[in-house]
Amino acid sequence: MRKIVGVAAATAAALGAGLWVASAPRPMDSATLDALQGDAMRGQAVYLAAGCSSCHAGPARDADPLILSGGREFASDFGTFIAPNISTDPIYGIGGWTQAQFINAVMRGVSPDGAHYYPAFPYTSYIRAEPQDMADLFAYMQTLPADATPSQPQDLAFPFNIRRAVGLWKALYLHEDWVITGDLTEEETRGRYLAEGLAHCAECHTPRNALGALDHGRWFLGAPNPSGTGRIPAIAGPDFDWTAFDISAYLETGLTPAFDVVGGSMAPVVRSLQQLEKSELDAIAAYILRAGQ
Amino acid sequence: MKFRSFVCIIALGTTIALPTFAQDNPAIGQRQGQFKLFVHNFGLLGGMAQGRIDYDADMAQLAADNLFYLTRHDQSRLWPEGTDSASVSGTRANPAIWENLDDFVAKFGALQTAAEGLQQVAGGGLDAMRAGFGPVGQSCQACHEAYRDEAS
Repeated sequence: MRKIVGVAAATAAALGAGLWVASAPRPMDSATLDALQGDAMRGQAVYLAAGCSSCHAGPARDADPLILSGGREFASDFGTFIAPNISTDPIYGIGGWTQAQFINAVMRGVSPDGAHYYPAFPYTSYIRAEPQDMADLFAYMQTLPADATPSQPQDLAFPFNIRRAVGLWKALYLHEDWVITGDLTEEETRGRYLAEGLAHCAECHTPRNALGALDHGRWFLGAPNPSGTGRIPAIAGPDFDWTAFDISAYLETGLTPAFDVVGGSMAPVVRSLQQLEKSELDAIAAYILRAGQ
Repeated sequence: MKFRSFVCIIALGTTIALPTFAQDNPAIGQRQGQFKLFVHNFGLLGGMAQGRIDYDADMAQLAADNLFYLTRHDQSRLWPEGTDSASVSGTRANPAIWENLDDFVAKFGALQTAAEGLQQVAGGGLDAMRAGFGPVGQSCQACHEAYRDEAS
């Protein structure tokens, strides 16, 4: 009997140790990331493509979307996520972070003190970014204002409030592979980088499984609105018949081919993307049509 | 201002909170019809602005005139309390409209101002029309961002 208990205890301990190891944060090498030279001018375009303001802009977002004091709430099946302060404030924001800490936060979802972020922060897309772009983004964000609003704790139900478990989720779902593969034109390839990476289109336009991971088999086919009523529309599949001109014009002006005007959570996305070069919007459009084939 | 005071009176005075369907309150379909007429005119100008159709000064002016008058249509009976998306189906009007009536009315006022600006320039050439068209779209977007739900 004592032997059985001993084996059970040892098995449980081994399982626990295994889960602990499997759920460990896996940041990239700090020295390599810190060695990158960021360019703030280039970083502005990265910032606009990545849509940081869309979630992190504070209550004064209409007047100044560059005050990244956070506070915006995102209801979900797992609880309510609250965007943190990512302004340059050294205490309440990320003003005290190193470049490597920043890049590991954005591309691996790992905080400076080694905790997992929840994947409401779309590092599942940002993992496909070029570290150099992230260094440029970091340089640009140093130029934005500081704001001393404290970040609010995430309001999640058990068991989703166990951060360490996010490590197991990452082991299953955090991959840097491209979703759409095969022969792509140069423009489609650029569009894929923007859409699957920085602009993280799929985070809203692709449905998720029960664990909240994107269903790559239903890429861009639309999904329930995670934070309200209605649906996030499909941008692929039989019900989506926009041309490349239509998509690019929508991202530039917020006008659909039927001249409805963008609203909801897509409105700030358009406000950011419309500041990019038109060729970048054309590239996203080319990729979206390629992805829908 | 008439719009605002009327809606406020409705908000204060209405106590009926029975769950209903959109078709029970004709105001919902009627205000949706109003927006369709906005698009009927705004879309023609948008088509010209985007180069989908050729610019025609007379047609542009007519559409801008329509939009001007349509946005002057009195709103006071189109937004009764209880016709929000949390209370009834068949509408994308977010309940926040009735919680922020002053802001909602101000945003509608911005549309009226932009429509007036567009009316003044729509017949004056493509570039002038485009310059007046942009603010109209922005006024639509500001309200849709805050107060319109996703389509179902």
